[in-house]
Order: sequence, then C-alpha cells, then structure tokens
Amino acid sequence: MTLPVDMSTTLGNAWFPTPIFTASGCASSGKELAQFFPLNQIGAVVTKSVMSKPRHGRPTPRMAETPSGMLNSIGLQGPGIDAFLANDVPWLLEQKARVIVSIAGETVEEYATLARKLRSISGISAVEVNISCPNVENRGLVFACDPESSRRVIDGVRKTIGGELPIIAKLSPDVTDLPAIARGVVDAGADGLALINTVLGMVINIDSMKPHLGGKTGGLSGPAIKPVAVRAIYQVHAALPKVPILGMGGVASGRDALELILAGASGVSVGTASFGNPSALIDIQNELRDLLAARGFATMQQAIGYAHRDEA
Amino acid sequence: MATINKSAVQEMVTILSNKRVGAYHQILLNVGDIVKNCRPGNFVAIKVGGDTSKMILRRAFAISRVSESSQYGGTMELIVAAHGSGSKWLCAQGEGTEIDIVAPLGTAFGIPTEPISALLIGGGYGSAPLFGLADVLKSRGCKVDMLLGASVGSKIYAPMEGKRSVNSLKIYTEDGSMGETGRVTENLLNIVRDRNIDVIYSCGPMAMLAAITELVAETEVIHQCAVEESMACGIGICMTCVLPVRNEDGSTSMLRSCIDGPVMDGANVRWDLVGKVPEGSA
Repeated sequence: MTLPVDMSTTLGNAWFPTPIFTASGCASSGKELAQFFPLNQIGAVVTKSVMSKPRHGRPTPRMAETPSGMLNSIGLQGPGIDAFLANDVPWLLEQKARVIVSIAGETVEEYATLARKLRSISGISAVEVNISCPNVENRGLVFACDPESSRRVIDGVRKTIGGELPIIAKLSPDVTDLPAIARGVVDAGADGLALINTVLGMVINIDSMKPHLGGKTGGLSGPAIKPVAVRAIYQVHAALPKVPILGMGGVASGRDALELILAGASGVSVGTASFGNPSALIDIQNELRDLLAARGFATMQQAIGYAHRDEA
Repeated sequence: MATINKSAVQEMVTILSNKRVGAYHQILLNVGDIVKNCRPGNFVAIKVGGDTSKMILRRAFAISRVSESSQYGGTMELIVAAHGSGSKWLCAQGEGTEIDIVAPLGTAFGIPTEPISALLIGGGYGSAPLFGLADVLKSRGCKVDMLLGASVGSKIYAPMEGKRSVNSLKIYTEDGSMGETGRVTENLLNIVRDRNIDVIYSCGPMAMLAAITELVAETEVIHQCAVEESMACGIGICMTCVLPVRNEDGSTSMLRSCIDGPVMDGANVRWDLVGKVPEGSA
C-alpha cells in the first residue's frame, strides 16, 4: 500500500495544497469552471491578465485551431482593474479559492499603478506580472523580449507593492537567451517565474489568402508547444535552481504535468486543455498524484527538478 | 454580465442513430436527464477525434430537438453538416459510439406567455432548432409561420414531422431547385405586415441575421436570432467568440456568443462592427 502523496507546493512565501493551477487567460475569473468542479480543490485560480482600464481586445476572428494546438488573438479584453477587484476577487475568495492576480500594462507606470491597487487587497496569494502577452498592438512593446524593459517593469512593481506579496514574472519563450531575461527579473525583485507564455504564430486562410486572425499574428498554445515549455523550464531551472517556476505550456494530462515538474516547475498551470475538457484540472491533478506515488515520491516537491539530478 | 448555463454538465453519452438526411446527418444521442434542462436555442459542445486526436477543441452544435418520452429515455437530436474535420469525424461515428458532451449551453429563445404570431426563419441547417421551437410555440397557442432558405434544395432541412408543427412553410433557394427562387429576405416585410408578425425567431448564417435585423429595424417586430461565431471552448473561458453588442447606455461591449448568446436580440447586435473593434473606451 502506498501512502498518499503530499501534493503541496510554495511559490515564494505563498503555500498551495496542490501544484495544479489555472493558466491566466484560460479560465476568465473562474466562475464558468466552477460549474464543473469546486475551485478550492485546485492549487489556485490564476485570473485573466487585467489592465488599468476596461478593454475591448482584438477584432474577430480571434481563434484558429492548429495541429495539436490553437492560435489566439484576444488582445487582453477585460473589465479593468477596478471592476475586477470589486467583483471577481471577492467572489473567488468566497469560494475559498486561492487567487493569483495576473496584471498587464502598456507602460512601466501602468504596471506600477496596478500594483498599487493590489497592495490594499487582502486574501490574494500572489501577483503574476504578465510582461509577455504577444497580442499587444505593437509587438515591440513585449517587455519580456528585452532584458532592460523586463527589469524596469518588475522593479516598478516590487517597489510599489512592498515586500509581502510574491511577484511572479511571466516570460515569453520567443527570446534568444531566456535564462538572462529570467536572471534580470529575479535581480529586480521577482520571487518566481511563470514559463511559458504562448509562442507567436500565424495562420493564413487559403481561401481569402490573407492572415486568418483579426490581429494577424496570435499566440500558439496547446500540446504543440509542450516541448518548448519543458525546454524553457529546464534551462531556467538549471541557471536559477532556487527560483520557483510556475510551469505552463500544453499540459493536457498528468504525465505532461509531471514532465514540467521534473524539468523544474514548482507548480503547473493548465490552460488550453480546459477548453477541450472543462474538468481537465481535476483529471490532471488526480493522474499526477498517481504517477508520483507510482514513482515512489512521498511529496510532490521531491520531484521538482528531478530530471537534473545527474548533472554536475 | 451573463453567466454560464446553470444546467451545463459534462457527460459521456451514446449515439443511438446516425442517418443521412439530404446534405446533412441526423444524429440522435441518448442523453438521459440532460433533456429536462434543454431549451430551444441551447447548444451542445462535443469532443471530437478521439483521445489521440490532433483536434484539441470541442465543436459546438445547435440542439435541434429533445424528447423525454422515447423508448430510450431522454434523447437529443443534432443536424450536422460534415464541413470541417471535426464535424466530418462526428458524422462518421456509428450507432453505439460513446462521445463526450457538455450540455446544455448558452441562452434559449424567449417563449412568449401570450399566444402571438411568430415567424421562424432558418438558413441551411440553421432550420434544425426551429422545429423544436415551433413545437413549444404551438403548445402555447402561438401561430407559427416558417421561411427556410438555402443555396440549393439539398441544403434545405425540413423533416415531414417538423412540417406538422407549423401553420405555413415557405422555401426559397438561390438556384430555384426547390421552392421559390431567391432568399428568405425577399418578401419579408410584406409577410410581416400581412400576417401581423409579433416576433421573428431566426437561425442561420450571420449575413442572413444581419439582413433580417436591418429589414425589421423600422417595425415593432422583435427579432431573436441565434448567432454563429467560431468558438474554442463553448463555456465562456476563452473569449474568442465575442460579438459587438449595444448596451442600454448606448455603449458597445464585446459579449461572448457562448454565454450571452447564441440567442441574442438582433437589434442590439452591432452587425456593422462584426470583425471590427468598437471605437472609444470599453
């Protein structure tokens, strides 16, 4: 007989009973998934990245299914931080869900303004700073593609928010030297890293013979990008073994989640899989627990970065 | 802001039959008690391709009708056009196959409390949910007229038993191969006036829904339409199926057609902005 696996994990000073989280942008604010399972049964709800003001997002078509994946171009449609904090966060806390609020801005100042509003909200477990959304108007504005811009955003958030709330910087895999960007944001005050955001892609409609998405380019997600996520997590964990990573990218099964944990993830976000299976988070969590037990792990945390064990 | 259909559940169900009807497949599912919560206008999201498929997204289909009293218990009927890889897979599944569904989803057609004169307009297989709606309207004492249109006759879906639930049925095809040559909008205003239509219920291509809205804009007629936008999840979490919809204060919001729809008030949809982004702040 095997003992139950201790599934708990931490990101900075925040504790979670399980390592399976929603992925920002793939669960809205949790209300719809709550129709399928109680939100307090997963590690945390990572809410859709919210900006200072309400936002329409991009024109349709916003979506294209691709082999084992999908391309999206939503463009951060959302209610704005004030409505979000007034409506969505209190509801999530009522459900006894743990909440990680994801924020996105167009300028360094906007991120700091968002951080200031979060500082006074109690009950939030952590803040995800999304500096890597590929669906902003000007791709040149993706902070996470530039080490100096990334640092300035995280520095601004850290100084505004104070020392308590863990900051998780969400990075893009679309860079040449990911460990260097990761090191920069950690030096600037990030407590953890979220890896990876979607991979920039494009689909051309062969009937119209033009880019299919209203936003032309979009973010690729789903199982197609899982090896990119595993590689990114492995590289960054090797460079920064003490920095907790919230891993994500194409996780659709417990096996996938275990792969990301072995590469170095302390927690795993499930995103696109929920579109195809609203119960995906619970299914993945149960399968992960069985896989860990079958491999003799007494705690999930013993498996974090286990793939690195024979390296010098 | 609307919320997800409170009756939505995810379940494995069995295909009872899969028959070819004209250009479409009529698929009957054994869904048990789910039928109790299905209303005309609701849709179902179906996992396609099997466990090893490269297709990761569900496909949304309008529920054409449900029955509580068949020998199998609750059954749900779908009318599917084998268009893309997902619907082709579904149409190829035989009797006895188990499939993973989420239902019922979305809003339903509003059913009047008084006996009114209703005009039901369907384009292509968009007519499918209108026959179930016609049954409900007739049981409330409404007068139900129906207009169906398609490019060719083989794409008109009008089952014999469905014809019995309407007072009149007029068919239009663009090539004249069935019924009158032309479109359902051809003579619409005259029909609305001559038959004292109170409410139009429509389902079909977006261009048809937009054209109907424009034609009846200056009349007193209420136009409830079931929209069709491409969806990734069907349950309100992906934000891909949005449509620009006018709010009470005159501003415009991008609303999810899976949660705030598929049935919407045609007059509130900003058809001119579909595929664009509203100007000004959200």
